[in-house]
Amino acid sequence: MSAASVNLGDEVVMEPEVLQQLLESLRSQGYQVIGPTLRQGSLVYAPLSSLADLPRGWGDAQEGGVFRLRKLKAPIFFGYGVGQQSWKQFLYPPRRRTWQARREENGFQIQLPDEDAVKFAFIGVHACDLAAIAVQDKVFLEGPFTDPHYRARREQAFILAVNCGHPCGTGFCVSMGSGPQVTQGFDLALTEILQGTRHFLVAAAGSARGQQLIAQVPHQKALPEQRQAAANLTAQAARQMGRTLETADLKSLLYRNYENPRWDQVAARCLNCGNCTLVCPTCFCHTLEDTTDLTGTQAERWRRWDVCHTVDFTYLHGGGIRNTIRSRYRQWLTHKLATWIDQFGVLGCVGCGRCITWCPVAIDITEEIQAIRESELTTPPAAKE
Amino acid sequence: MPRKKRPKLAVWKFASCDGCQLSLLDCEDELLAIAGELEISYFVEASRAVVKGPYDLSLVEGSIAAPHDVPRIQQVRRISKFVLAIGACATAGGIQGLRNFADVQEYIPLVYARPQYIEALETSTPISGHIQVDLELQGCPINKRQLVEAVSAFLQGRKPVMPAHSVCLECKMRGNICVQVAHGTPCLGPVTHAGCGALCPTYQRGCYGCYGPKETPNTASLSAWLGSRLGMTEPELLRLFRTFNAGAPAFRQESEAHEH
Repeated sequence: MSAASVNLGDEVVMEPEVLQQLLESLRSQGYQVIGPTLRQGSLVYAPLSSLADLPRGWGDAQEGGVFRLRKLKAPIFFGYGVGQQSWKQFLYPPRRRTWQARREENGFQIQLPDEDAVKFAFIGVHACDLAAIAVQDKVFLEGPFTDPHYRARREQAFILAVNCGHPCGTGFCVSMGSGPQVTQGFDLALTEILQGTRHFLVAAAGSARGQQLIAQVPHQKALPEQRQAAANLTAQAARQMGRTLETADLKSLLYRNYENPRWDQVAARCLNCGNCTLVCPTCFCHTLEDTTDLTGTQAERWRRWDVCHTVDFTYLHGGGIRNTIRSRYRQWLTHKLATWIDQFGVLGCVGCGRCITWCPVAIDITEEIQAIRESELTTPPAAKE
Repeated sequence: MPRKKRPKLAVWKFASCDGCQLSLLDCEDELLAIAGELEISYFVEASRAVVKGPYDLSLVEGSIAAPHDVPRIQQVRRISKFVLAIGACATAGGIQGLRNFADVQEYIPLVYARPQYIEALETSTPISGHIQVDLELQGCPINKRQLVEAVSAFLQGRKPVMPAHSVCLECKMRGNICVQVAHGTPCLGPVTHAGCGALCPTYQRGCYGCYGPKETPNTASLSAWLGSRLGMTEPELLRLFRTFNAGAPAFRQESEAHEH
């Protein structure tokens, strides 16, 4: 057992029970430790008080419109993919008061909220969600206008990532180049291996904070076969992706198919309920709501999550711009996979599959793209008109 | 400083259970502020003291279900500057709107010992079917948060925060896991108007649509899924959409699509 420092990227091996020490160490450093746990009969991200809160021995089965927990034979800690929730709810909370004003004798007084820079430690972040955080970083932290609240939470957050080692029913991270292997954007990355009775974690530090954490717990240099086992795990998961999405030429594909009849077909199914957008770990749209109290002495402005599937989303004086479900679904998908590139230089989709699983009627973004592609094979756009 | 003249509030009841107007008394913490800002001038459920009209703000509860309701709602409109219709009865005809799908004359003798005393219209209809309504609060019953927001907005001359989106937004913002996707529980949340704060799904129940249709609801698509994937039968789908908001056009059309 050594407390010697490890280099960035060096793989070390730990006993699974060391996780408890990792959690305790993070807590003692003032982090609010958030991770996967079972609540509401499903998988949620919530504060973890001990290792016992992790859904040990549980996995999931996902398909369009369906998510089910399933009991695994293997008593592993990280045997599931991503659930409905994502880390976005912590870095970019659903509702936040941006300011309030109080009427006074002469005029009014504005009060800004205290920046509640909670120090979060996120446990069990999958590669797709790391990619999603990187996308939201571009949205909130780059360009002329940045979000100080997001920045305060983001910069302090400790990210303990896990390599994904199981089939993902609706995910397509391989297509999007975002997983299942984590490559960057983490403080500490773990791969959990269970081979017969041998159960261990292969860990690698991705930052100085991660190095310090490893140094505090018992670990050993990983043997070549242990490193190979870790590599095999994600390689196997990569071969078991539930979905694929051909990304070549996506932007121009969508730009030249603005009037494709496929949009009518998907609009007939789309509930415009907003679930795809709410569960998407990169969607960042919000609205501002102004309220007062009954007496008019207190006014508040709140920022809350909004979705491009509502009429109000495009409300200008007199009404909304996108009044049909067709135009709103097309906007959502075209933003994700085309205009996002113009806006932020990256795709707005990381292939986590949440929008497919959590759509109440199983609309599938990969199927929609495939249908548009195939329609071009039968009717080349140039031949239209 | 002289006390400013307060706007006058009236509360009117038509065919209803009184639950919505009770949400005004249910305001508790805000009730003193409401009474301070508005002169409660006509509210017979709370007080026999009546101040003569006209009224600045009229809350109207209930549907138009009897012949004498028709001239009375016209009179309410004439003496009210702002009419706020509250609840599923006032906005969609209420549970009593089930008569719209049947012959009310057949019901009456089954319910009343002396049917000759009963004067009922053939249909139960929302307030907006009879007069111009300035604002509607959907829900059976409405909740007090929504009512306080509408009254605050009226008093301050601002737009009320009253989004017409689905219950799903409220669920996701609360951190609720989708009961339909995670448990296969049929849920009307995707087609139902927000406002309740996702009350039922928070307790692991499917939404049963008591806030009525959201904007642009795609009820046909949801029904198709509930039928083909969650095994609901046609009579079950009919009943699902035929409850408190049976008369709301989107829900009425959907329930009629399952009549055979």
